[in-house]
Amino acid sequence: MGLFSKQNKEVFATPLLNNNPVTVQILGICSALAVTAKLGPALVMGISVTIILALANVVISLLRNTIPNRIRIIVQLVVVAALVTIVSLILKAFVYDVSVQLSVYVGLIITNCILMGRLEAFAMANKPWASLLDGLGNGFGYAIILVIVAFFRELLGSGTLMGYQVIPEAVYNAGYMNNGLMILPPMALILLGCIIWVQRAKNPEL
Amino acid sequence: MNALRKLLDKMKPTFSEGGKLSMFRSVFDGFETFLFVPNATSKSGAHIHDANDSKRLMIMVVIALMPALLFGMYNVGYQHYLAIGQLATTGFWTLFWFGFLAVLPKIIVSYLVGLGIEFTVAQWKGEEIHEGFLVSGMLIPMIVPVECPLWIMAIATAFAVVFAKEIFGGTGMNIVNVALVARAFLFFSYPTKMSGDNVWVRTDGILGLGDGNVIDGFTGATPLGQVGSALESQVQVTDIAGQASSTLDAVIGLIPGSIGETSVIAIALGAILLLVTRVASWKTMLSVFAGGALTAYLFNVSGIDTAVANLPWYQHLIYGGFCFGAVFMATDPVTSARTEAGKWIYGFMVGFMAITIRVLNPGYPEGMMLAILLLNVCAPLIDHCVVQANISKRLKRAKSINQ
Repeated sequence: MGLFSKQNKEVFATPLLNNNPVTVQILGICSALAVTAKLGPALVMGISVTIILALANVVISLLRNTIPNRIRIIVQLVVVAALVTIVSLILKAFVYDVSVQLSVYVGLIITNCILMGRLEAFAMANKPWASLLDGLGNGFGYAIILVIVAFFRELLGSGTLMGYQVIPEAVYNAGYMNNGLMILPPMALILLGCIIWVQRAKNPEL
Repeated sequence: MNALRKLLDKMKPTFSEGGKLSMFRSVFDGFETFLFVPNATSKSGAHIHDANDSKRLMIMVVIALMPALLFGMYNVGYQHYLAIGQLATTGFWTLFWFGFLAVLPKIIVSYLVGLGIEFTVAQWKGEEIHEGFLVSGMLIPMIVPVECPLWIMAIATAFAVVFAKEIFGGTGMNIVNVALVARAFLFFSYPTKMSGDNVWVRTDGILGLGDGNVIDGFTGATPLGQVGSALESQVQVTDIAGQASSTLDAVIGLIPGSIGETSVIAIALGAILLLVTRVASWKTMLSVFAGGALTAYLFNVSGIDTAVANLPWYQHLIYGGFCFGAVFMATDPVTSARTEAGKWIYGFMVGFMAITIRVLNPGYPEGMMLAILLLNVCAPLIDHCVVQANISKRLKRAKSINQ
């Protein structure tokens, strides 16, 4: 089977839209609500999850024939925990501010349902290359949703994007105000609901 | 009336299937059924017929809101001229006219946005226009402060209609009160325009009417705001000019507050109409007041030594939005409990939560909105428990008879 066979492309592409882990499988909602108040942390979170998920998928896929079935969850957790610790330390070393904003949520990637779901459902039964693509696809699918939600929350809630002010001062002087509810978690849930709404309206099969 | 009927009959073919304007069928239908009770009857099955339908029901609530709205307009003018120190020299009609000019744009914006969305959705889905927004559209302007900007009201109305009503399936399907969702959205999104001391009294003139500078010693805090932020354990409530304000002022409604909520007398007139026509449930209404009074009394004797806990129980009921919420919001037949026993529990809990939030949460001087929203969500649970209790009771009885 070729590296970029049709099957492998599908493994990578379906989680981006039609089998999106957040909007279709409704996994990883907690972190999607918690870290999306600003675009920067959401982006870092998305990238972190993508890297961890891809690497964990590869490692578990390599080990899949040697892991005893009865302790597979623990083995998966150990692999993920090791990767999360590495990412967490890298974040602390190079982007300390973002790491502070993400606080416990980097550590909580260990419990992110997307990871356990992909490891159990895909990596345990597929070869390393396909597992890598699956991990990247699901990670990107997660990151896309996070970025969309964070884009609207930061734009409407703080008037900024990536920390830079986008809405000009003249608009504020004319009476415009930032929407405080956008900063609060309930609005993330509503925005996520809107994305799911749009997606299902476009694709009735979902 | 006959002329109107004839005009509608003449226009009907144009809007019917195959007519020139058939795409606006639902709009025409909406207006026709609004003006006249529809002549259509169900063709199959057993049905109970009543002269009343939900459009007539909604209009009754709007009529019941009128005293509070008209008094609210007068009070807006009253507070404004009190703030600029010209109250003694200004006549009744000037006060009312000023308030009318201040409130009217809010009503127009609320109806334009809300009905605009309703009409668009109905047109788009080819359904009948739902009449539910008639009441919500009148409630929204009445539960916001007079200084609330129109554009944020428009956003809140749109948000409430779409997310509290349409996505649940339209009128009669909503879980929480639409007008209160609009208010909650405003409250959490734009707290500086919905609470605090600077939003309850209009200090600028309108179209050259009521120009003047605010007097020295002006304070725009509502009675509950003053009580809530007081550091002493007893507080003398003052009006916006700093003079002592009596309980009678609050009963009449000459205190700062949201547009429609201030006058107990005007709300009572609406309450009488709602109770006589049986649009609202007396059980819900009474139990809200009972729950609030009892909770406030318990706080009075509890020994908690803050001004708001020491506020006499009857003042808790007349200040703020308690009366308005109890009469017009908690009794909403769609979102309140529907079982008879459930109405008592629901109402009592609304009163209890409202006073508890007021007393125990220093961040929120008023708790009625949050209390009703919370109990709206719990209402189906209350109903479920009541129904289950009844089922198990009857099962037990059936068993004891069979033995």
